[in-house]
Amino acid sequence: MNPPAIAQSARELEHFVSEAPFDATSATRLTPQQERFYLASQWMLMWWKFKRHRLAVVSAIVLLLMYGSALMTEILVPYNLHTRHADFIYASPQSVHLIHEGRLVAPFVYELKKTLNMETLRREYWEDTSRRYPLRYFCSGDPYRFWGLVDMSFHLTCPAEGATLFLLGTDRLGRDVLSRIFYGARISLTIGLIGIALSFVLGIVFGGIAGYFGGLPDLIIQRVIEVIRSFPELPLWMALSAVLPVTWGPLLVYFGITGILALLDWTSLARSVRSKLLALREEDYCTAARLMGARPRRIIARHLLPGFMSHLIASATLSIPGMILGETALSFLGIGLRPPITSWGVLLNEAQNINVVALYPWLMLPVVPVIIVILAFNFFGDGLRDAADPYR
Amino acid sequence: MLRYVINRVLLMIPTLIAISIIVFLIIQLPPGNYLESYIAELQAQGESVDPQKIAFLRKEYGLDKPMVEQYLYWAWGMLHGDFGYSFEFNLPVSKVIGDRMLLTIIVSGITIVFTWAVAFPIAIYSATHQYSWGDYGLSLLGFLGIAIPNFMLALVMMYLANVWFETSIGGLMDPEFVGKPWTWPKARSVLEHSWIPVIIISAHSTAGMIRRLRANLLDELQKQYVVTARAKGLPPRKVLYKYPLRMALNFFVSDIGSILPHIISGTEITAVVLSLPTAGPMLLNALKSQDMYLAGSFLMFLALMIVVGVLVSDLALMALDPRIRLQGGVTR
Repeated sequence: MNPPAIAQSARELEHFVSEAPFDATSATRLTPQQERFYLASQWMLMWWKFKRHRLAVVSAIVLLLMYGSALMTEILVPYNLHTRHADFIYASPQSVHLIHEGRLVAPFVYELKKTLNMETLRREYWEDTSRRYPLRYFCSGDPYRFWGLVDMSFHLTCPAEGATLFLLGTDRLGRDVLSRIFYGARISLTIGLIGIALSFVLGIVFGGIAGYFGGLPDLIIQRVIEVIRSFPELPLWMALSAVLPVTWGPLLVYFGITGILALLDWTSLARSVRSKLLALREEDYCTAARLMGARPRRIIARHLLPGFMSHLIASATLSIPGMILGETALSFLGIGLRPPITSWGVLLNEAQNINVVALYPWLMLPVVPVIIVILAFNFFGDGLRDAADPYR
Repeated sequence: MLRYVINRVLLMIPTLIAISIIVFLIIQLPPGNYLESYIAELQAQGESVDPQKIAFLRKEYGLDKPMVEQYLYWAWGMLHGDFGYSFEFNLPVSKVIGDRMLLTIIVSGITIVFTWAVAFPIAIYSATHQYSWGDYGLSLLGFLGIAIPNFMLALVMMYLANVWFETSIGGLMDPEFVGKPWTWPKARSVLEHSWIPVIIISAHSTAGMIRRLRANLLDELQKQYVVTARAKGLPPRKVLYKYPLRMALNFFVSDIGSILPHIISGTEITAVVLSLPTAGPMLLNALKSQDMYLAGSFLMFLALMIVVGVLVSDLALMALDPRIRLQGGVTR
């Protein structure tokens, strides 16, 4: 075509041109929600995803409440851990009443009376409804040393003067079971956290070495893991805790048991760290870091681990219940924690035979918080894992 | 294929050696040994100790020799069926534990079969009826199974059996068979008595298996080949049986590696509560009283059970899964 012909066709193709000013980004502009989504950090995304998992959120709240209560146990419970009531041994649970002679009144308890049944030689407890004792709130009761530091005697609720408040009964020394369950939460809940922290460190260190270096270290660590996993957990825990010297104080035993639980638990974490590292160490950014002279420790901790940290935390959460159950089982068998340290397992140790089930079933109640915590950690961990998984 | 089997079996040997070293270290760790506490106890009671017997035992078991020698002696003895001497029972260990180990194997075996028989249909139902009421109910039941410690379950079941059926469920056989050689009536009696322990022990592993199998099957059900099979017009039941179920079956077999340690742990603690004549109660006592050869043999035996169990499941997986069968010895 010659130039005049082009000019000719251009004239024929008259077309509309908008007079409005042109904004280049208008076509791809994001809504504020979209913008917020695309700019969010990884943890923010996880949080949004986690919030959608109702059961996990509820479990998280339950766990928060439980750990929160462990922080101020002394204030929440009516009695101290070791307060004995010699007159009320194996007392059955007392109930709190609201209605007295057909009228609604402030929460109160009736007096707890005891008779000795001469036929069965059992103490039988019954409520004497002639007198009522209203509960006291924000009152001063058993003195204690808050966190072992401050002397206090402040309680959320206390029984009225001369009355008792055994909402879940008492044990063989007349100690309030409810108060003891709350105190037990301190030990049982922290043993899982400390244990998982230990096994987390072990898992990352050994998994990191195996995955990053490969070769001989990998082979050795893999074999060690295999050997550890060939042991049935409970018998090995039993054997190791039988090894703890009897001369150790309660605190040392506590850390000893935690260490034993962690010693067998790190293997699965180490395996997942290893398999992730095996894949990630071939990535370009890893090579770049190495060429810039970064040391293995820095490459692993700074460049590789953060990439799947969320996933690791989620799977660590899922192994906390196993530790709590392990401690409970060991203490139940009498080779875990020992009194005066009180965990739920130590409390259940008192409910070891069938007589207790038949005569004093309330001594089995410490199993209820165990079940709640295990369930809550399972749901919470499931929620975390789903939230940490970018493909869901 | 044969190479894989041989490789797999040979790999067991270093594992077992390592296990035996760990077991030996554990039983040696507590300060002192059974002989010393035995002598102290006798002297505290004012009895005279027969120095000849002590010297004999000390020499017989090499308690005066260095650790490495003691270990070699112990390991060498085990290879010949000599598991050492139980100081508490005053008998060779093999005489004390023989029956208990057999019963442990029997109870664990029945539990595994029971776990499979219960978990498989329930998991299939849950996966195919996802988010139905049945699925929710069964999931809840499964979670409870995970959360309730099995020793508490054992206690409550023992009480309920007492109240409802007026039978004692402690023990694994009728009293007249205790200590008798194995006969058919005795085997039947063991089977009759083992159902409550089996239910208790399997609660945890069944619940875990249902969850894992359900998740696995759900993954398979979303894959393209299922869609293709449906699109071709295959009836849903046939689609399920023909493809995803077979894939899930591999996982089902390999999962034994993760449930077996749980089952054995569960057997031990349940046995302590129900005082079953399996390894559990005696192991606990042996550990408490530092009866080292007895405790060591039990630990060794339980670990061996797991190693062999995992081997069997690996071999079964090889037979089932062509991906492993064709790769030969280069897996992992």
